[in-house]
Amino acid sequence: MSGGVPSYVRLANEIAAQFAHRPPADAATAIANHMKAVWDPRMKQALIAHVASGATDLDPAAALAAQQLRAPA
Amino acid sequence: MSLLKEPDFGTPARSGEATTSLTIDGVTVQVPPGTSVMRAAKEAGVDVPKLCATDNLEAFGSCRLCVVEIDGVKGTPASCTTPCRDGMVVRTQNERLGKLRRGVMELYISDHPLDCLTCSANGDCELQDMAGVTGLREVRYGSGVEAGANHMDLPTDSSNPYFDFEASKCIACSRCVRACDEVQGTLALTIEGRGFDSKVAAGAGVSFFESDCVSCGACVQACPTATLQEKSVVELGMPTRTVLTTCAYCGVGCSFKAELRGDELVRMVPYKNGGANEGHSCVKGRFAFGYASHPDRVLEPMVRNTISEPWRKVSWEEAISFTASRLREIQAAHGQGSIGAITSSRTTNEEVYAVQKLVRAVFGSNNVDTCARVCHSPTGYGLKQTFGESAGTQDFRSVDESDVILVIGSNPTDAHPVFASRMKQRIRQGAQLIVIDPRRIDLVRSPHIEAAYHLELSPGTNVAIINALAHVVVTEGLVDREFVASRCEDFEAWETFIAQPEHSPEAVAEIAGVPAEKIREAARLYATGGNAAIYYGLGVTEHSQGSTMVMGMANLAMATGNIGRAGVGVNPMRGQNNVQGSCDMGSFPHELPGYRHVSNEDVRDIYEKLWGTPILNEPGLRIPNMFDAAIEGSFKALFVQGEDIAQSDPNTQHVFAALGALELLVVQDLFVNETAKFAHVLLPGTSFLEKDGTFTNAERRINRVRPIMAPRTGKQEWEIICEIAQAMGYPMHYDSAAQIMDEIALTTPTFMGVSFDKLDELGSIQWPCNLEHPSGTPIMHEDEFTRGKGRFMETVYVATSERSTRKFPLILTTGRILSQYNVGAQTRRTANVAWHAEDVLEIHPHDAEVRGITHGDMVALSSRVGRTELRATISDRMPVGVCYTTFHHPVSGANVVTTENSDWATNCPEYKVTAVQVDLIPEPVADESTREPVVAGGNR
Repeated sequence: MSGGVPSYVRLANEIAAQFAHRPPADAATAIANHMKAVWDPRMKQALIAHVASGATDLDPAAALAAQQLRAPA
Repeated sequence: MSLLKEPDFGTPARSGEATTSLTIDGVTVQVPPGTSVMRAAKEAGVDVPKLCATDNLEAFGSCRLCVVEIDGVKGTPASCTTPCRDGMVVRTQNERLGKLRRGVMELYISDHPLDCLTCSANGDCELQDMAGVTGLREVRYGSGVEAGANHMDLPTDSSNPYFDFEASKCIACSRCVRACDEVQGTLALTIEGRGFDSKVAAGAGVSFFESDCVSCGACVQACPTATLQEKSVVELGMPTRTVLTTCAYCGVGCSFKAELRGDELVRMVPYKNGGANEGHSCVKGRFAFGYASHPDRVLEPMVRNTISEPWRKVSWEEAISFTASRLREIQAAHGQGSIGAITSSRTTNEEVYAVQKLVRAVFGSNNVDTCARVCHSPTGYGLKQTFGESAGTQDFRSVDESDVILVIGSNPTDAHPVFASRMKQRIRQGAQLIVIDPRRIDLVRSPHIEAAYHLELSPGTNVAIINALAHVVVTEGLVDREFVASRCEDFEAWETFIAQPEHSPEAVAEIAGVPAEKIREAARLYATGGNAAIYYGLGVTEHSQGSTMVMGMANLAMATGNIGRAGVGVNPMRGQNNVQGSCDMGSFPHELPGYRHVSNEDVRDIYEKLWGTPILNEPGLRIPNMFDAAIEGSFKALFVQGEDIAQSDPNTQHVFAALGALELLVVQDLFVNETAKFAHVLLPGTSFLEKDGTFTNAERRINRVRPIMAPRTGKQEWEIICEIAQAMGYPMHYDSAAQIMDEIALTTPTFMGVSFDKLDELGSIQWPCNLEHPSGTPIMHEDEFTRGKGRFMETVYVATSERSTRKFPLILTTGRILSQYNVGAQTRRTANVAWHAEDVLEIHPHDAEVRGITHGDMVALSSRVGRTELRATISDRMPVGVCYTTFHHPVSGANVVTTENSDWATNCPEYKVTAVQVDLIPEPVADESTREPVVAGGNR
């Protein structure tokens, strides 16, 4: 937790920034693939739950990526 | 083995085919052109007497002991300085030559103490040997006072903690001076005075300790007499046996002869056949091994129920039973994924492999990470994405063929000194040097070294700079089109991306603080200067875009065709001795050994069949995730192998909170370190002098670590891991470390051909070692990349969120220095503290002046997460606005101020950029040893 922002949210936004030059759908896929590759399940679940709770502090591409995480890995 | 004395050929080997044929004392020998007569003689089995010659130094020709006769040549030339010619006929022994040599020896001995029986070099003195070889029976001039003027009353300089300079025994052969020049490259030593007054001096009127000497030991090794002698030899006597092993300090991985007298280690001498160091060493590996016998060593297991209780010494059985039962209890209460482990880059491959197996096969999770998380994890990610293999591309020898050397975020003379010496040799031969670093590191300008370009960038702008360099390559027509077309993919998209104006040097200049034209000139030099090699360190990886930067460097190397042959490549300078190995062994929570993802069914199947247990197909927690999960409450127990995370990891306050939240912390270490203060179990570890196994260095070289003594704790560390596994109900057993390596080789394609027997036979092996490369692979990606085609990656520059503000106007960057190592657990317990007794804050004169700070003042260093105190050193090595410190001493607690920021891809901490304020504070009243950093109540 940093400044009230959960670390997985901060990290998701930082990952999204790396792919900001790509079209949103491509960026979301790249973000999701990265999270699938290196994130622990509890981090992914937390992010999914965060989006589901209606949080607005996520980069749109990261939020889209979180939705893709719902699909089986 | 008995004491290993390596043959000395007198002068260095020459490369090339042995096409020059000559006859020496009736023996015909073929040697490469340029070989000296002295060396050819040795190769023919003929020893020519010598004193000033040794085969790691170019011939000098001063002692005149090696004179020979050559048909058709007048006089008696020195064999060391005479190159062989085809058809030459040489005689090395006859009456005339013997008389000449005895005459030379008479002169030497007339000015040398005749105390051989009590001399520390008795039995290991070349002067003594040559007196015997030449048949010296009398000295007509007498000796000492009776011989007239002499040097025997010169004082001994004992200022260096590790060796003495007994000037009265000096024969002025200049081997030490030349070693300092040709081997180490520091040029600290010189011959002062002329004629009879000539003597070796360490600088002008200063002692060895006060001089520029870096205590690498090259002079001591070169000295043919007792003049430069290890204090340990003076104290203990000459060693009688040798064990070949590997240094446990930095990622260079130097091979050493551990020389013992009985069971007592007398000295460590660099091994000439060592693949990484070829006979050279630094102050740490050569001398700083005393920590292994330091009284602070913990030798018995200890446990306690809570961290407020005192430690209780227990038997191994109780410690292991306590650990196993607590781990199982916690899993039963909180779930399988509530426990995990951190492996160490200081331990052997076999020990690391055992811990990751413990986690995967016994804990039933992938919650294993390694301390490489906080140093080179971006290397693993970036090079895997682009080249397909998480490792450097070259061997160290490759730098000998580099024409342009690009050093980025690395300070080799301090952190990797033995390789730095090799690099400096190449630069002095004419290679061009480009340094990209906020600090003016020693390489930028030192004796006979000057960087062609120093791009003094603002901390945090690496990616902007590497993109600008690539932009120049693409837009000025410097791309190696043939290489790119045949070897790479995704180039067109990258070319379009990197050619965008935002990546131009002119656009980047303002961001990075480097003039555009300087960037352009550096790019042109890299692209057109011949073989161009990149060497980089933690100044690349420990950033919020560490992984991006690694990919950016790979892009640059591929675009210019600087991959796949000697002299080029992308080379991570690994911090600790086994960073490469600990990563290779499956320490990352998403990868099984050999960097194979846990989601790969075929790979999991290998281990599931062998280990008889399922392997999870999802990644586990990384170290920062473990800390977060501990504070959040889902992670309850941690096993830490040989790593002091409480001192080394960033944002100490956060780390302390995480460690304090654990129900069980098990620490396996040599000492009660900072982390152990939060531990419930302390399992004593073994030093490198007790370990049996392998380390893998920065060039993928697997070196044997051989024990010189039995474990002082009674157990090898891998044995302890196996016993914990067994106590947890899993049958894990190995008879030896060799058997663990056999399992690694059986299951990991890149290690397929590796075994202890083969390592003993070859000396070392650079992986991949397989059917195609049975002796290893010094240079990777020669014909194709590991992943097939090299992959260009678009590397967008994203500025770090850590920026200077009115409240925290300076940027702090951290690093290490020569005499200390990592958190200092080892080097602080040696005489190396003589050079660096405390961490200091280097601050620019302007930044100091406006704060009223002078050299040596105590200052407070504050960031948004913490505050600590240390002494200031005024230095213009950094630009205005940037300050620097090291993290070797817990009392200064550099990581109290570093933040939670990390690399987006790997979570590697952003140690290199922290916004700070520095304030002058009053001198502490209390003893400084009681000074404590403030970890709570940071100024947010």
